[in-house]
Amino acid sequence: MSDTTVQLEVFRYRPDNGGPTYQSYEVPYHDDWVVLDALNYVKNYIDGSLSFRWSCRMGVCGSCGMQVNGEPSLTCAAFLRDHMPGPIRVEPLVNFPVERDLVVDINGFMEKLDHVKPYLVREDDDGDLSAEYVQTPTQLDRYKQFSMCINCMLCYAACPVIGRVDDFIGPAALALAQRYNLDSRDQGKQMRQDVIFQNEGIWECTFVGECSEVCPKHVDPAGAIQQAKLEGAFDYYKRLLTPWARRS
Amino acid sequence: MNEAQHDVLIIGAGGAGLRAAMAVVEANPDLSIGLVSKVYPMRSHTVAAEGGMAAVIKDNDAREHHIYDTISGSDWLADQDAVEMFVDEAPRELIQLEHWGCPWSREDSGHVAVRPFGGMQIERTWYAADKTGFHVLHALFQTSLQFSQITRYDEFFATSLLTADGRCQGCVALELRTGELHVMRANAVIICTGGFGRIFPFTTNGSIKTGDGLALAYRAGVALKDMEFVQYHPTGLPGTGILITEASRGEGGILLNNEGRRYLQDYDLGEPLDVHDPRHPQNRAMELGPRDRLSQAFMHEQAAGRTFDGEYGDYVQLDVRHLGEDRIDTRIPFVRELASNYAGIDPVVEPIPVRPVVHYTMGGIDTDVHGAATLPGLYAAGECACVSINGANRLGSNSLTELVVFGARAGRHAAAAVAGQQLSDGPEIDRQVAAERDRIAELRARPAGGERIAVIRDDLNTAMEAGAGIFRDEASLSACCATLRELEERVDRMSLDDTSPVYNTELISALEIDGMVDISRALAHAALDRTESRGSHQRTDYAARDDAHYLKHSMAYRTDGDPRIEYKDVVITRWPPADRVYGSSAGKDGK
Repeated sequence: MSDTTVQLEVFRYRPDNGGPTYQSYEVPYHDDWVVLDALNYVKNYIDGSLSFRWSCRMGVCGSCGMQVNGEPSLTCAAFLRDHMPGPIRVEPLVNFPVERDLVVDINGFMEKLDHVKPYLVREDDDGDLSAEYVQTPTQLDRYKQFSMCINCMLCYAACPVIGRVDDFIGPAALALAQRYNLDSRDQGKQMRQDVIFQNEGIWECTFVGECSEVCPKHVDPAGAIQQAKLEGAFDYYKRLLTPWARRS
Repeated sequence: MNEAQHDVLIIGAGGAGLRAAMAVVEANPDLSIGLVSKVYPMRSHTVAAEGGMAAVIKDNDAREHHIYDTISGSDWLADQDAVEMFVDEAPRELIQLEHWGCPWSREDSGHVAVRPFGGMQIERTWYAADKTGFHVLHALFQTSLQFSQITRYDEFFATSLLTADGRCQGCVALELRTGELHVMRANAVIICTGGFGRIFPFTTNGSIKTGDGLALAYRAGVALKDMEFVQYHPTGLPGTGILITEASRGEGGILLNNEGRRYLQDYDLGEPLDVHDPRHPQNRAMELGPRDRLSQAFMHEQAAGRTFDGEYGDYVQLDVRHLGEDRIDTRIPFVRELASNYAGIDPVVEPIPVRPVVHYTMGGIDTDVHGAATLPGLYAAGECACVSINGANRLGSNSLTELVVFGARAGRHAAAAVAGQQLSDGPEIDRQVAAERDRIAELRARPAGGERIAVIRDDLNTAMEAGAGIFRDEASLSACCATLRELEERVDRMSLDDTSPVYNTELISALEIDGMVDISRALAHAALDRTESRGSHQRTDYAARDDAHYLKHSMAYRTDGDPRIEYKDVVITRWPPADRVYGSSAGKDGK
């Protein structure tokens, strides 16, 4: 245990009771504490009314994304020691409506995930479960990186386009579309491209790559978007301009 | 009051809940499904499972081997009819996951690869690197998005079950976003809320694993079965309790005490082979022994002073350095990520400090092989349920398989059972809804300054660890039972700081702790009454297994006083109780 403390400046907002405001809390400092530990200390022993999401505290459930000193961060992986001597400012993820304190509304994000049809599409699926589809390690490697997204939404908070174009499908959902497009078992690429190239935002994305920089799982959504555009745009427009060339 | 109606209501949207939902669709696409979850589905704790998922698919394996490994792993407390069904249906369910896009790791041929796991004679664990649960959960969730029959209620907390005419007919749920209560009606309810590792202080479990579904069923009069069996995983990071997967040992990692000795050889787990011997690691031996025996071996080493001293308690070392950087990065990349981030250790160059940590709860809602509870209309599947295939100690990599096999069974059975059923109207349901509304209103209206929720939770954690940890005896368990009785009273005196209806997470914590104390009492009393040692339940005052008296499941029923403990015979089909033999002296299937 240490006697050192650190100051947290936490964004507070209650829709039924005014705000927003910042509230300061003094919490114990430990070398191996993450920001989430400090928030839990506040909730447990100082102020039970502070609201935030968390669960696994091992960087895989994707719940605890917040702005830490202005940077989109997983609070379970943001160590206090990297922000000393403080104070440490904790705010809800930007580019999302705030519901309460550090909790943001993610329903829009959930709809965007749904929008890209993130599942295997097979024309030949007859329900036969006697054997797996064969996929070599090389085929797996083509999409594996894009399958690592934990839906933490840090990339949406970092994305300059989301801030301007509200209905932009966004980095995580586009990476997910690409994850299925590149899967050798999938046959739904055309369907997904019809969705993503009709979305305005993708043309506004300039590959500055903030999304890939904040990604805690190195998914590289910017790379996914670039790949998708290069591979898909030509094909998409060819079909759009020559409808007779469309399949089925 | 908000009202919703579906044919089947599923509480919990992790691996079991999502699989159950899709099984209902498969069985009858005309049915409507309500999927209630206190978190968005992809946050469910299935996401944290690492090592893999067992199913017989390779030519060198056989159903008999998987059955025997599971039964002997369970210390003969598993129901053998259930284990047989489980093993038979596992390959089909895993192939289904593959067809739903799960990115299984592959052999060069393109077929699914398998790795060895603890307590197995033959390697049969399918894996997606060491993020198997993450990939399984996301594949299930993403696949489920295409089914319009499934209506999701994300961030809704189920507070109680509704019963009428002797059947379960829905639940009351609190919407986090608004603080409003919803009456959710259905002719079948499937509980898939996961385990309750959070009643212990040091656990791999996420904060959401508070056993809510067990409390729902227990309070509706359903028995909680085999609650005394709690699995300590032998390799968690000290302090955080973050899991270092058994796959690290399946790939060849070894455990060392402070003398640098592979101490497991001193605990009837076989002889160590050199780490560079091509036969290392040996299945069902040494580091690939079962979890209960490995965790118990740690305790003996600790008592003998052969563990390391650390800031967060004693530990031993898990050494994977000999695997080399390439293999570590391909097979167990998450281990490297977690050890680096949370312990400041790079496993490529340093051994990882580890100690036993509460990981899995074998006990749960009593169900039959269809997932059906004794209350008609109620089902349970996954870690919250106790079928039981896990008995006194779950075999590593059976839990993810259990989610899909029994999630699907429960979904199919519920889909068939709701045909022709009518919901009851009338005062019976209204009364329960009103009582629930009053209970929550009373909790919210309590004057500030009562007991703090977190302090009650801390005291619960301390009591469970001290009284019902890896080793237990009558004195420790009796003290634990007494403390839990006090905690039950203190729960009635707790109060909230948070007065907002919107996103009141403190109210959820209050409802959770209320249930946690309740189910902890079932655990402690079942442990006190079982005067034998079996699997994960080790009584220092009754060190031997006692098949004459305790080849039985404990059944805890809620009463106004202490829980009432009854017993039910274990189903034995073809594998009579025998010694659990690990190491090189073990023959195939115990023969």
